[in-house]
Amino acid sequence: MNPFSSGTRLRDMIRAIRACKTAAEERAVILGYPTHFGQMECLKLIASAGFPEKRIGYLGLMLLLDERQEVLMLVTNSLKQDLNHSNQYIVGLALCALGNICSAEMARDLSPEVERLLQFRDPNIRKKAALCSIRIIKKVPDLAENFINCAASLLKEKHHGVLITGVQLCADLCKVSSEALEYFRKKCTEGLVRTLRDIVNSPYSPEYDISGITDPYLHIRLLKLLRILGQGDADASDRMTDILAQVATKTESNKNAGNAILYECVETIMSIEDDGGLRVLAINILGKFLSNRDNNIRYVALNMLMRATTLDAQAVQRHRATILDCVKDSDASIRKRALELLYLLVNENNVKPLIKELIEYLEVSDQEFKGDLTAKICSLVEKFSSEKIWYIDQMLKVLSEAGNFVKDEVWHALIFVISNASDLHGYTVRALYRAFLTSTEQETLVRVAVWCIGEYGDMLVNNVGMLDIEDPITVTECDAVDAVEVAIKRHTSDLTTKAMALIALLKLSSRFPSSSERIKGIIVQNKGNLVLELQQRSIEFNRILQKHQKIRSALVERMPVLDEATFSGRRAGSLPTAISTSSGAPSNLPNGIAKPATAPIPDLLDLSSDDVPAPSSSGGDFPQDLLGVDLSPTLAPSGAGKPPKASTDVLLDLLSIGTYLPVQTGSSASDILSSSQDDKALASLSSLSANATSPVNAAPMMDLLDGHGPGPQKPKENGQAYQSLVAYESSSLRVMFNFSKQPGSPQTTLIQATFTNLSSNVYNDFLFQAAVPKFLQLHLDPASSNTLPASGDGSITQNLKVTNSQHGKKLLVMRVRIAYKTNNKDVLEERQINNFPQNL
Amino acid sequence: MIHFVLLISRQGKVRLTKWYSPYSQKERTKVIRELSGLILTRGPKLCNFVEWRGLRVVYKRYASLYFCMCIDEDDNELEILEIIHHYVEVLDRYFGSVCELDLIYNFHKAYFILDELLIAGELQEPSKRTVARLVAAQDSLVETAKEQTSSITNIIAQAAK
Repeated sequence: MNPFSSGTRLRDMIRAIRACKTAAEERAVILGYPTHFGQMECLKLIASAGFPEKRIGYLGLMLLLDERQEVLMLVTNSLKQDLNHSNQYIVGLALCALGNICSAEMARDLSPEVERLLQFRDPNIRKKAALCSIRIIKKVPDLAENFINCAASLLKEKHHGVLITGVQLCADLCKVSSEALEYFRKKCTEGLVRTLRDIVNSPYSPEYDISGITDPYLHIRLLKLLRILGQGDADASDRMTDILAQVATKTESNKNAGNAILYECVETIMSIEDDGGLRVLAINILGKFLSNRDNNIRYVALNMLMRATTLDAQAVQRHRATILDCVKDSDASIRKRALELLYLLVNENNVKPLIKELIEYLEVSDQEFKGDLTAKICSLVEKFSSEKIWYIDQMLKVLSEAGNFVKDEVWHALIFVISNASDLHGYTVRALYRAFLTSTEQETLVRVAVWCIGEYGDMLVNNVGMLDIEDPITVTECDAVDAVEVAIKRHTSDLTTKAMALIALLKLSSRFPSSSERIKGIIVQNKGNLVLELQQRSIEFNRILQKHQKIRSALVERMPVLDEATFSGRRAGSLPTAISTSSGAPSNLPNGIAKPATAPIPDLLDLSSDDVPAPSSSGGDFPQDLLGVDLSPTLAPSGAGKPPKASTDVLLDLLSIGTYLPVQTGSSASDILSSSQDDKALASLSSLSANATSPVNAAPMMDLLDGHGPGPQKPKENGQAYQSLVAYESSSLRVMFNFSKQPGSPQTTLIQATFTNLSSNVYNDFLFQAAVPKFLQLHLDPASSNTLPASGDGSITQNLKVTNSQHGKKLLVMRVRIAYKTNNKDVLEERQINNFPQNL
Repeated sequence: MIHFVLLISRQGKVRLTKWYSPYSQKERTKVIRELSGLILTRGPKLCNFVEWRGLRVVYKRYASLYFCMCIDEDDNELEILEIIHHYVEVLDRYFGSVCELDLIYNFHKAYFILDELLIAGELQEPSKRTVARLVAAQDSLVETAKEQTSSITNIIAQAAK
């Protein structure tokens, strides 16, 4: 093969190599074998004897291959030979290639060669070997110990290239191996400090000078290594304080090189063990950086300040004004950093002016930034609000300005606070009304405004609870209804807003009886709405307006104040649940659905069985619970004649579907379960036979287990064995419970539930759920399967464990829900089981 | 550690890429596309650092070329700016007033120079003079090898006649 003529071919090949990345596939197809273009050529070139071929071959190798390709293994032998070559440039080529792309196996194979080369006579080879070693120890950390000694000796070099690479190698060794860290800390700290001092004090050297500083790279590397050594070790940190102070004060900062050194120095000071004086120096440098006109410097300073805040917040506070300016900077990266830093700096003293500034900036900021800024402002306001009125004011401003960026939890929280601040209701609703008139395009503002107008419309019109700072404003009933009408009619309003507006109208019709007709007219317009939720609501509300005038006012009485602890507990996301499958908590407020006027709010899962209050609303009122969890209408109350609700029932709505609270018996709730009489048991879920106006006392509780004899099971003579119970039987399904108790724990009952399919269709996706009141604890094991064969051909078993904390005083009671699919239909069955054996 | 080096022209053409971390071919094209979009659209007065995928990309514009280097979060960005400048100065010294065309026609030389400057994503040599000297020495090796072979060819060709 003629190497010269191949020279031109080589040139062409190199040009082609450049293009080959995208054409690799085509080439492979053309050649007919699946290898990528040029890889074999490269290997051949590397194996050949001449320097030019090797140079091109290694270049091609580094361009075409990376460590993940198996072809790379074939090069190992060539590399080994080249590492031992007499021509030092060839050795250099091999080290370079190895350092850039070697894989773990190659690293292991060739590491002894590299170690040897670390002590080669030529400094250029030594520096390449040092960097190559870095790659090796990153790929194979176990080999790190071999390099420790050689690396330490590199630190004493005079040649800058070797020194830099040696320092870098030591730094990486410390990151990878803690014994290396210890070794260097003990043996080399002094030497490093001395080297740094020499280089700082060295005279002008033309070869290494950059902007008046001799070899800034060396400065920076040394500072980095000192940082690693000094971190966490007071002794080492002590030894460096002098030189750090010298670097911090003497380095010129008008050029980038100087600033880079100062930056590294500040980082090091911040990381090593505390020296008050040095820290102050560092923060001053950062302050100077902050006011530098160069964007890069400011960016870097903001970054560092974030770290510094954790160490010394006081000092950083001094620069608050500058940071605030940075939030308004034209550069997006700087704005982001500054906002995050500001967020860390806010405390009770400076929150008010800061928020004021931020909200002013919100008006002029651009869209991408608004989202971030809004989120930060909201969370700050919430964290630091000392007075409710300030909180409400700020939130109103944010909503008017950037309501569309406000998240749901935030405005839910706002409504919660509003409802809690009873003396501010009038003020709030008036402020909202004003805001609503000016900025109707902010969806969230519209929602909050509509809710408040609905709730507190009478305060709005009658100017109730005027505060001194308010301007008087006259709002007639007409205006208030207008506002809500606008919300409904706007085509940009979404479903939630319109739904909330409908319920607000219903409330207003009760508060402003004279506008009732008009309101009815508006509601009626939505009767044919294509969206099911709105249609349903308008039809139902219309019915109420037409037929149920008497209960209307009770329906839409003022919302009771939500208990703060409950609210924050719910927000934290973890609900105390006795249910084995989760059921969503009612997000009670914003759905705009009226709640019963009793307090405390019946927490669906919070079945305070012991002190359930008797219905405390004014006698004769039957507040209805229209609790719907979400807007899905499937289980929402249908049509006319909603049955009356009393207050909390022990087992109310555990499975959290929009159903009603059953009616309470006349006796207090605590008696409900202690009695063994089932006819005092709890009302039906879906039977609407109870007349809407029937008095509380007369409610004959429907026994859900239609027709199934409710008598308690006869206790067996043997106290330990219990009669199994047919918990539920219908034409399609039978559920049997077998009980047992573990000896020594009478409070815990183990139930084995067996489900049998009595119909002729197979049931799929069979799911059994159970709920118990609070004094019981339930644990459900996974079922044996979820397909129930037809006609009793097989059965599903599932184990339950119930612990009764009121064992002996109260009986077990459980509400179950069974869901399955049959004949492509979903079936849902719910039953309550009261007839547990008494001796359980 | 520097993860990769990219040289992109103003029009978005890639002039040089060097990868010090494992990126597959597909990932590489994706990275290049994303970063081109990110960096080429930045205004002139903005700072030279962009945050991208948890890493930082430091870029500097020289005439029509953007030199980009991707580093870890804890590296010194200002130093990387210096390294970029270091590379450009060495190129300048080698080609004599380097321009983009030089890099297009002699991309292999640009790679050789970069290999003398960075290995495994770390700086190798702070002195421009040394780098230039080493590259020059290797170039002369190539030249001598070419001359030798050309002379042998002549001899053989003559002998064969």
